[in-house]
Amino acid sequence: MTTISQAAVPVKSSARRGSWSRRAPLLPALVITLVLTQIPFALTIWYSLQRWNLLNPGQKGFAGLDNFRATFGDDTFWKAIKNTVVLTGGATVASTAAGLVLAMLLQKKFLGRGVARTLAITPFFVMPVAVALFWRSAMFDPSFGLLGWLTDLVGLPRVNWLSEQSMLSIIMITSWRWTPFAMLVLLAGLQALPDDQLEAARVDGANWWQQLRNVILPHLRPFLELTALLLSMNIIQTFGEIALLTAGGPAFGTTNITYYVYLRAFNSFDFGTASAYGLVTLVLTIALALPALRLLSGIFQQEGRR
Amino acid sequence: MPRNGRRQLITATLVVGTLTAAAACSDPTAGQDASGNTTITVALAANPQMKTAESLISDFEKKNPGIKVKFTTLPENDLRPAVTKDVATKAGQYDVAMIGSYEVPIWAKNGWIVPLSNYVSKDTAWDTNDVLQPIKDIVSADGKLYAAPFYGSSSFLFYRKDLAKKAGVTIPQKPTWQQVAAAAAKMDDKKGGVSGICLRGLPGWGQNLASLTTVINTFGGRWFDEKWHPQLTSPETEKAVRFYVDLLRAHGQQDAAKDGWEGCLQQITQGKTAMWYDDTVFAGSALQEGTAQVKNNLGFAMAPVDRTQASGWLWSWGLAITQSSKHKDAAWKFISWATSKGYIKLAGTKAGWDAIPPGSRTSTYSIPQYQSAAKSYADLTLKSISAANPKRPTVDPVPYTGVQYVQIPEFTDIGDYVSQQIAGAIAGTQSVKQALAKSQSYTESVVKKAGYLK
Repeated sequence: MTTISQAAVPVKSSARRGSWSRRAPLLPALVITLVLTQIPFALTIWYSLQRWNLLNPGQKGFAGLDNFRATFGDDTFWKAIKNTVVLTGGATVASTAAGLVLAMLLQKKFLGRGVARTLAITPFFVMPVAVALFWRSAMFDPSFGLLGWLTDLVGLPRVNWLSEQSMLSIIMITSWRWTPFAMLVLLAGLQALPDDQLEAARVDGANWWQQLRNVILPHLRPFLELTALLLSMNIIQTFGEIALLTAGGPAFGTTNITYYVYLRAFNSFDFGTASAYGLVTLVLTIALALPALRLLSGIFQQEGRR
Repeated sequence: MPRNGRRQLITATLVVGTLTAAAACSDPTAGQDASGNTTITVALAANPQMKTAESLISDFEKKNPGIKVKFTTLPENDLRPAVTKDVATKAGQYDVAMIGSYEVPIWAKNGWIVPLSNYVSKDTAWDTNDVLQPIKDIVSADGKLYAAPFYGSSSFLFYRKDLAKKAGVTIPQKPTWQQVAAAAAKMDDKKGGVSGICLRGLPGWGQNLASLTTVINTFGGRWFDEKWHPQLTSPETEKAVRFYVDLLRAHGQQDAAKDGWEGCLQQITQGKTAMWYDDTVFAGSALQEGTAQVKNNLGFAMAPVDRTQASGWLWSWGLAITQSSKHKDAAWKFISWATSKGYIKLAGTKAGWDAIPPGSRTSTYSIPQYQSAAKSYADLTLKSISAANPKRPTVDPVPYTGVQYVQIPEFTDIGDYVSQQIAGAIAGTQSVKQALAKSQSYTESVVKKAGYLK
C-alpha cells in the first residue's frame, strides 16, 4: 500500500553538497518514484472528497468532508483499527520471540545445521494462499486438525479455532509465516556478537540466564528494534489469511484495516469512503510512526550503537 | 577508465534489450488482427460448468470461423470487482461478462450492458421460449432481457438416505424446518464425527445470508416492510434467525462460521454431515466428488418451509454484452453458442451429464440421458425453480424483489455487515439479539442515507 510505505520511509539526513553533474543522472529515477507514489496518493485524496459509489453512478459528486465524518462515526472502522493493533502487535511480538529462540538454537554448529536452517526459513517462502488453505484443513480443523491433537495432549478441550478464537488463529498463522524473517535478522545480529564479551561473562561466573539478559540482549537491541519495525510494516498489510480463513469475521472480529478498505472498495464499490479510510489510517500511522522512529533512530546511526 | 566504461555499456545494452523484449511480449489488444479475425474477451466465474465451457471452445470456433475467444476465468469473489471496475470505467477490456442475477438489473440501469432483445428476436435457433421463464425474469430489467442465462438454480435439501434410515427418520419430499431440525438432532453423531446438518455460516451477503434469508422469508419475516423500514428485529425475523443459529450451534458442523458453500460441499462429499441445505447446482458436484458411500446414498428434498408454500431461492449466472464492447455481434454469437440447446448436449456427451449447466432450459429436462443421469435431482430442481417467486418471497408483501437478496445496489454493503453480525452469533461471540439490533440500526442508516426510507 502506497500510504503505509509512505509513512515508514526514514527521513534522510542532508548529505554534503554535491555538484549537479553527480546528482542529475538520478533525476529520472526520482521522477519515476515521485510519479508512481505521489500521483496515486493525490488521487486518493481527491477520491476521498467525492461521494463515489460505482454502483450508483448517478449520485457521484463532491462531498467535501462527509466521508471523513462518516469514517469517524463508523464503529466498524474503529474496530478494524483496534484489530490491526492487536494483530500487528501480537504477531510482531510472537514472531520476534520465536525468531530469537530459533536464532539462538541455530547459531552454534551442529550436524545438519544447514538443513535445519533451510527448513526454518521455508515458511516465509510459501505462498500465503497455500499456507492459509493448508492451515484451514490440516491445523485448524476441529475434528482432524493438528492443533486439536496438541490441545488433547495438554488436556485442554477441543477448540473451534476459526470461530471462537479467530484473532488468535490469525495471529498464529501470521507469526508462523514471519518467524523466519525475524530469525534471519537476529541470526545476523548474534553472529556479530563478539565472542570475547560472552567469554568474559562466563569467566566471571554468569549463568545462562544472566548471559542472555546482560550481554546478548543489550547487544541485540538494535536488531530487535529493526526486526520489530520491519515486521510491523509488513504484518499491518496482512490480507490473504484473513480473506481465506475468516472473511474478516465473525462479527468483524478479524477485520484489519487492510481488509476493511478492501471490503469497502471492492465489495461495496464505495471508493469515496474507502479512500477516506485509507487517509485516516495514514494519518494515524504517521502519528504513531514518527515518535517510534525517533525512539529507534539509534539503529540508523553508525554501527547501530547509542 | 576503459574497462569500467565497457562494462557499463554492456549493462546498459542488456537493460535496454530486456525492456524492449518485454514490451514486445505484451498481449495484443483485442480487436482485428491482420487476417481479419475478431478476438473477443470473455470474463467467466471459475465454477465447474464454466470451466467445461472453456474446454469445449473449439466447437464454437469451428462453427464461427473468424472469431477467436480469449477467456479470463476468476473465482466468483474476484470476478465481481474485476468486471464491475471494467464496465463502470468503460475500460473495454471485456466483450462478454458473466454476471449474476443480482447485478443484471443494476448494470442495466447504469447502462453498462446492452439489451439483448434484438439479438434474441433475430436468432430464432436460440429459441427464447425454451428458456425457463422465472430464470429469464431475474436476468431481465424493464421487461427486456439483458443477459442470457448460462445456468439457473434454486435451493434444496441434500440428505443421506442411509444415515436417515439408521436414525429412524424419514425426510418427506416437502419437509418443514421443524422436521429437518428434529431429523438433524437424531442424525447428529458427534462421537462419529458426523454432524446432523451443514448450513452456511461464513460471512458474506452471498454466503450465510443467502440461506438465512430464505429461512427468514418462510418463517414470516422480511428485510423491509412496504415503507422500507428494516424488519430485522421483528418477532418473525428474530424467531427465524434464532432457529438458524440454534440449529447450527446444536447439530450443525463444528466451527460453522468458517464454512460457506465450499466448506459444506466438502463436508457432504466426505461424509462428515448428514444433511445440507444449499444450491441445486451442487447436486451434480456432490454426486461426482462424493465418496462411494455418499454417492450411492444421496437423496434430495424440496427446500424446507414453515409458513410459505416454497422457500427455495432463485439465482442465475448470465452472459451479458458490455456497452464498451467493440464486437457486439461476435459477442452475441458466443453467448448464443454457450447458452444453446446444442451446447448443453455437447457438454453432456463430452464432459458428463453431471457437469452440464442446469436450470436454464425446459428442453434440458427432456434429454433422456440427462433424465437418467440426474434422476435423483433434475425433477426437484425444475420444481424448485418454478416455485420461487422473487416478487413476493415472503408471507407479507415487500417493496423489493429477490428471494435470497434484496435487489438494491446498497445490499452488498448491508448484506456484508449483517452477515458478519450473524456469523458472530453463530460463533458465539455475541447473542442473536445483539447481532440483530446492530444489523437493524446499520441497515436503517444505510437505507435512510440512500433515500429509500424517508
